[in-house]
Amino acid sequence: MSDTLIFGMEVFLNGLMAGVLYALVALGFVLIYKASGIFNYAQGVMALFAAMTLVGIMDGQVPFSHLINAVFGTEVHHFGWHLPALVGIVLSMGVMIGLAWLVQQIIFRHLVGQEPIILFMATIGLAYFMEGLGDLMWGADIKKLDVGLPQGINLWIDELTFNLFDYGFFIDNLDIVATVIAAILVLALVAFSQYTKQGRAMRAVADDHQAALSVGINLSFIWVMVWSVAGFVALVAGIMWGTKSGVQFSLSLIALKALPVLMLGGFTSIPGAIAGGLIIGVGEKLFEFLVGPMIGGATENWFAYVLALLFLVFRPQGLFGEKIIERV
Amino acid sequence: MLYREAGDFKTSYQDDNQTFPIKFDRYRYYAVLFIAFAVIPFIINDYWANAIFLPFLIYAIAAIGLNILVGYCGQVSLGTGGFMAVGAYAVYKLMTSFPEVSILIHVVLAGGITAIVGVLFGLPSLRIKGFYLAVATLAAQFFLVWLFNRVPWFYNYSASGQISSPERTVLGVPVTGANTDAWASYMVCLVFVTISAIIARNLTRGSMGRKWMAIRDMDIAAEIIGVNPLTAKLSAFAVSSFFIGVAGALFFAVYLGAVEVGEVFGINKSFLVLFMIIIGGLGSIFGSFAGAAFLVLLPVFLKNVLVGTLGWPTDLAAHLEFMIVGGLIIVFLIVEPHGLAQLWRVAKDKLRLWPFPY
Repeated sequence: MSDTLIFGMEVFLNGLMAGVLYALVALGFVLIYKASGIFNYAQGVMALFAAMTLVGIMDGQVPFSHLINAVFGTEVHHFGWHLPALVGIVLSMGVMIGLAWLVQQIIFRHLVGQEPIILFMATIGLAYFMEGLGDLMWGADIKKLDVGLPQGINLWIDELTFNLFDYGFFIDNLDIVATVIAAILVLALVAFSQYTKQGRAMRAVADDHQAALSVGINLSFIWVMVWSVAGFVALVAGIMWGTKSGVQFSLSLIALKALPVLMLGGFTSIPGAIAGGLIIGVGEKLFEFLVGPMIGGATENWFAYVLALLFLVFRPQGLFGEKIIERV
Repeated sequence: MLYREAGDFKTSYQDDNQTFPIKFDRYRYYAVLFIAFAVIPFIINDYWANAIFLPFLIYAIAAIGLNILVGYCGQVSLGTGGFMAVGAYAVYKLMTSFPEVSILIHVVLAGGITAIVGVLFGLPSLRIKGFYLAVATLAAQFFLVWLFNRVPWFYNYSASGQISSPERTVLGVPVTGANTDAWASYMVCLVFVTISAIIARNLTRGSMGRKWMAIRDMDIAAEIIGVNPLTAKLSAFAVSSFFIGVAGALFFAVYLGAVEVGEVFGINKSFLVLFMIIIGGLGSIFGSFAGAAFLVLLPVFLKNVLVGTLGWPTDLAAHLEFMIVGGLIIVFLIVEPHGLAQLWRVAKDKLRLWPFPY
């Protein structure tokens, strides 16, 4: 086999892994969009915020310490403990649920019945707010997140491929773990929405708000729940991205790439989010590998968007989206 | 008492259709123009020009442009930063390629080039709408910034990858480059703002603006009553991009002087201008000015209060600014989705009756 083909295969595999991470963020979007019709731009920032909170709690940082020190002239920074990862994750989940409740109570309860585009802009405002809040609470420096996930090259694959092609593939253990976790998460979400009472209520709300309300489903509870689930997905995505490249602002920009993933897959489809993520992940890696050097590189910045744009021109509802029917 | 229609008789259709039908408004408008053109240039200094007036005026042009697209035609765009970059790089290439032509013509041409690019990226709007379109315009944002970063022709193969504006004069007075006086750059921006606002105001209340608004309110219904969606949407993209391109050109050539594209025209710029029109008021020219003024003044104000008075570190102030801007967006959307312009309208309605209850 030629070298290009072997390299291409490695790039393909790495693209698949990156795609899984995009899909993880996209999942959170789909959940909220299906249940409440809100296109949650803040999902990426939620992932960042969740990861920051996790690091902060695990390291025992004092929230708002910078602000407190500036106002009162004190010198507090740390509580002086180091919590195990599991406790930290549970506590961060608590924070995300609290946040979901606040978002519902303070913002979206007052915006019921507004046009979708107004809701979208509100989530942009929310994204800005949380960005500032996260930095204010935990500081803006780049943090290292380590919850004990395996990292580094997977030797087994390296050896296997070396024996096959005389060239060892570099596949990060973390990516494999992320793939497994994403798969479990999707299965759990599907099971949750198919087999539990709350899950069915959630699907009913997604189908028709008014009908759901009239059969006695508590709308605001469902919405808080959906935002919490999205917060959980954001936390998982935040852990993966954070472990991979550190908890920093650019995390929320990477999460922005979930948007073309969604457009490709359709806003309302969970399988679409997965498929879209994989297509974008593989596509941008392969494009960068094959065409990138010819036109100056760093094509990953825009490839996903342009691909989604071109795709949409031919199929406006995305791969798996519901057909858009419009009436006057 | 002064703010009345009563007693102000209109004797021609032209009078009846004028922009400011109330006498008080008209005189206020002349007074504002007089102060802006004949008073401020004599008292302005570098700090005021660079911190407040230049960004305000330039963002006002950009906000008018985006407001035409989003507020009047209902096509949400997140590509403003990218289009401003097109304006900036177009004016840079024109300035360096044709040094003998006036900079004013270059700025207008840069707007025209941006309009063409805007129409190109507006083409998908015929097929996709709503969120899909908003995300599609992100493609413009990222692709254009990447293009200007990676293709050396655009920055004339300069080693740093930056572009910086050479010195150009208008009527013998330098308006770009290092030797520019505050009042000269202020006047250039002011002239462009005034003309843009007048053009935009008259476009939006003419047949073109009515078509845009019909598309915004419901595109299918508009199509049925005979509005051509192709020309309406694409003309909105063209006009909007023209203004945004002019704003980008001024932002680079007159205000900053040197630009690194990813930093200055990144996605945050797109959001900033979008926030301006949300806070100012969608579908209102006055709102574009109000929003631009608000978001230019807010950071200056916060910085002066938090850093200057309370002595907090600058990074804290920056984080708080993010929170306040985000919070304000949400508050405005909940309390007053039509923005500052609506508050102004309500105040004017109250003024008409004041001090009598009926």
